[in-house]
Amino acid sequence: MSKGGQSMPFRIADGGRIDRTRTFDFTFNGRQYQGHPGDTLASALIANGVRLIGRSFKYHRKRGIVAAGAEEPNALVQLGSGARTEPNMRATQIALHDGLVAASQNCWPSVDFDIGAVNNALARLLPAGFYYKTFMRPAALWMTYERLIRRAAGLGRAPTEADPDRYAHSHAHCDVLVAGAGPAGLAAALSAARTGARVILVDDGSEVGGQLLGDTARINRNDALRWVREVWDELTTLPQVKVLVRSQVAALWDQNMATVVEQVGKGGPLAPHLPRQRLWKVRAREIIVATGAIERSIAFGDNDLPGVMLAGSARTYLNRYAVQAGRRAIVFTNNDSAYHAALDLHRSGVPVSAIVDVRAEPGREVRAAASEAEILVLPGHAVLRALGGDSLRAALVAPVDVEGRATSDARENARTVEGDLILVSGGWNPAVHLWSQARGKLRFDPVLATFVPDHAIRGIRCAGAANGAFCLADCIVQGLAAGAAAAKDAGFARGPTLLPPHIDREASAPIAPVWQVQYPTAYRFKQFVDPQNDVTVADIELAAREGYRSVEHLKRYTTLGMGTDQGKLANITGLALLAAAIGRPIPEVGTTTFRPPYTPVTLGAIAGPEVGAHVDPVRHTAMHAWHAEHHAVFVNTGLWRRPQFYRQGKESDLDAVNREVLAVRNGVGLVDVSTLGKIDLQGHDCAEFLHRVYINNFRSLAIGRCRYGVMLREDGMVFDDGTVTRLGETHYLMTTTTANAVRVMAQLEYLLQVEWPQLDVYLTSVTEHWAAMALAGPRARAVLSRVADIDVGDAALPYMAWRECRIAGVDARVFRISFSGELSYEINVPANHGQPVWEALVAAGTEDGLCVYGTEAMGVMRIEKGHFVVGPEADGRTTPDDLGLGRLVKKEGDFIGRRSLAKPGLAALDRKQLVGLAPVLKREPIARGAMLVIDPRHQPPCTMEGFVASTCFSPNLGMSIALALVSRGRARIGERLWAMSPLSRMSTEVVVVEPVFFDPDGARLRV
Amino acid sequence: MLLIHCPFCGPRDQTEYSYGGDATLQRPTDPAALSDQAWGEYLNVRDNPAGLHDEMWQHAQGCRRWIGVRRNTLTHEIVSTWSPDAAEAA
Repeated sequence: MSKGGQSMPFRIADGGRIDRTRTFDFTFNGRQYQGHPGDTLASALIANGVRLIGRSFKYHRKRGIVAAGAEEPNALVQLGSGARTEPNMRATQIALHDGLVAASQNCWPSVDFDIGAVNNALARLLPAGFYYKTFMRPAALWMTYERLIRRAAGLGRAPTEADPDRYAHSHAHCDVLVAGAGPAGLAAALSAARTGARVILVDDGSEVGGQLLGDTARINRNDALRWVREVWDELTTLPQVKVLVRSQVAALWDQNMATVVEQVGKGGPLAPHLPRQRLWKVRAREIIVATGAIERSIAFGDNDLPGVMLAGSARTYLNRYAVQAGRRAIVFTNNDSAYHAALDLHRSGVPVSAIVDVRAEPGREVRAAASEAEILVLPGHAVLRALGGDSLRAALVAPVDVEGRATSDARENARTVEGDLILVSGGWNPAVHLWSQARGKLRFDPVLATFVPDHAIRGIRCAGAANGAFCLADCIVQGLAAGAAAAKDAGFARGPTLLPPHIDREASAPIAPVWQVQYPTAYRFKQFVDPQNDVTVADIELAAREGYRSVEHLKRYTTLGMGTDQGKLANITGLALLAAAIGRPIPEVGTTTFRPPYTPVTLGAIAGPEVGAHVDPVRHTAMHAWHAEHHAVFVNTGLWRRPQFYRQGKESDLDAVNREVLAVRNGVGLVDVSTLGKIDLQGHDCAEFLHRVYINNFRSLAIGRCRYGVMLREDGMVFDDGTVTRLGETHYLMTTTTANAVRVMAQLEYLLQVEWPQLDVYLTSVTEHWAAMALAGPRARAVLSRVADIDVGDAALPYMAWRECRIAGVDARVFRISFSGELSYEINVPANHGQPVWEALVAAGTEDGLCVYGTEAMGVMRIEKGHFVVGPEADGRTTPDDLGLGRLVKKEGDFIGRRSLAKPGLAALDRKQLVGLAPVLKREPIARGAMLVIDPRHQPPCTMEGFVASTCFSPNLGMSIALALVSRGRARIGERLWAMSPLSRMSTEVVVVEPVFFDPDGARLRV
Repeated sequence: MLLIHCPFCGPRDQTEYSYGGDATLQRPTDPAALSDQAWGEYLNVRDNPAGLHDEMWQHAQGCRRWIGVRRNTLTHEIVSTWSPDAAEAA
């Protein structure tokens, strides 16, 4: 930071809301400049005389600063560098800080000499719809064209490194949310807050005041900013009021929810504990939209030259930022407001060459003030063209009629007016964006020549300029009334009546609705409507001639309003020009849809803290630490991390899985099955309830026994499977698959709460209460008997039974159920004891060579046993009979899905059925997901007989095996088919076999 | 985003709920008695009204209760919510 400001040639000596005691150094396009706290990047650039800020999107024309707020279309910069670089940032809204670095966009090699500017010379060849018309054929080449077009026309560059900053999300509730802290918003917040209502006041500026910061208005016969200060002081003392500055209400959603993006800090480096931005989700009972109005331009020739600026914005730069936007001004207007800009600049010492007014009758008061200041006023005139090569030096001015059409004597009466600044005002458009996002309707006001909010909608009001009130006194009156009414609707008793402050009213003349200056073809220069997307009046007229009569089509064809500024400046002018071109009134043409967000929101703010490891919670089983220590390779199943296999030494994935499978089949293994869903059921009607949700009979399940069960969806397709154990007279435990645990619970709750509330059943999800592990293999009993305090022999604990006991000193439930097809015990212990019990089992199994195994080995063994799983086989299209479970379906009674099983389509004979596949040549693998066809030489499309659902290498059989769904599969055992997988370039001849490859009689289970 | 009044917990954010479809639908007491056509309609045919719609939501991240919600599909206004138990009693 350096002292003093010897530079800044356009800075005035005093006034403005900047702090001249401190100076910031900043860099733009590699050059060093100075500014002050309180500056934006835009005001600091103007202070330093920097006019050329960037190049336009399509024609690469030179562009300067046009506006002072969110509506800025041209002054978009690449802000910052490295990982923190941000593209398309509006210089008008970047708070200046020491060391700020910014650069121009869309120019190469530099903003002063840009090769892309050749497009401007070729502009005749690049009309609206040029890309559509030119690059349509051949279609295949579009991919190539698109890349080149996008590179030529791009805006800024996205950062390529990870964002180093943090972003926060905050939720807030309030009675009244006020968007905009200008005069109307301040008045609304004050009158609402005085009732005791909780108020949140949001403004995108660095301080409250809105337009009052940029003009010279007087309230109560004093500087208006004194009134702003008084209101601010009162608001900040009220505990129920929150004011957010540097914050944008980006969107209004249903039911009065607003998203607000807050820039934390005043720009520059932040304290490490602070997020860079905070995304607020605000729920408000009542919302007041006091977002002000946006000045619009008038289209005239070369109106994009650097030096052409909105009149109100130039006034803001002068009064708020103490910078003069030029050395000599020309004012071009169709309304009274621009006269104030002219008078302010004149007073500050900038000579005004002329006020060019398309109206024959300007407002009497402003005209008198102009004559008093000896400013030349040219009523009934228009600026035909801005003159100057790199920068503005004069305007060509000629007489026009009331519609802005050059009169027949225009050419002989045209004159050149000197000036390096054209201040233009085409009137004001209420910022109705938020209102419209909330589905508020608009109506065209012919007196104001713009769209204003129409019809009240519940919970949302507009006040001030956003409501079409363009005079300060009306703004404050409307704000006070809106605040009081909103608080009342939010349930607050009327507070003390607030009298509006004294404000002198000015007699003004109405606007002349001129959108464009029309003149003979001799004056054919580009008249820009949307400078950001380089859309001209000629483009709109061409689109109209080509039949684009809907404003939505016009927008898409010409790209009008499709830039990052979303046409804040351009849209109303564009649709008025379309209306003129097709000869329809403006209200009939209507507006395009206003969509959120109001200004671009960085993705970081939307993601908030939910990035990296915080995107989703991670679920670990009780034995996770042990798995990690023993070289488990984890796999994600939903949010769970499960051991896929445990690697020993440098063995390959497949070697590890094969080793684990063989160890279980030939000895004993231990697997963590804690992730299975577990639901505890209690109540007198559990048996009846289970009977209605499973296809099997559950009325006959005895205490102490387990039963396998299958659930259907109501459409008859298999939904889930698991076991049910009867723990006591009125107490059951259900298991579900890992994947469906949540869905099954919700479905059971639905049935009990909505369909069968009379059933006495209570459900509790106990998935995470119990650690579960399966001890499986021929040596399982030997291992278990060493740690269990009961007899676990076949007589005491037979297949499909359970017992309570202590294992390694811990209370446990032992279920003799099997997924692997081996003698198997599933052991449940309270989760906190999971790891000690697991370790005790591993220790007890040492002498039998116990092997821990993961989900892969489990998967191989279930394929060997022909067990379907939810997903590959039960894919939402298979019935119990398709999966070979027809025998489980009980004969009597209704259950979820039963009626659908009787539908003709589900009983059709050609349905796909679960079968096994074995390769004809034992060494060949079978491709996952392969299609099954009869003749491999047939070219697609050919009849698909079925598909491979699951496949694996079976170390027990020494070959690849697969489960498949094959049309009429059970009747085709022994038939040969081809498993074709064009994607993996594999085709294998296979033979259809029974789905159970290993121990088909289940002898190994009952030992 | 919607704010849904749970009859048990009070007004809660939509993100706490999961949607459960038409609330006027009642599972037939004797599905076997229905024709294929009638069962098919119960399974698959739903009104898509522009306006008020009674629907089920589960307060999945809250009290786990299924509740009825009368919502205007055009404006997302929620007119009322209720507990299906209470509806039974009424």
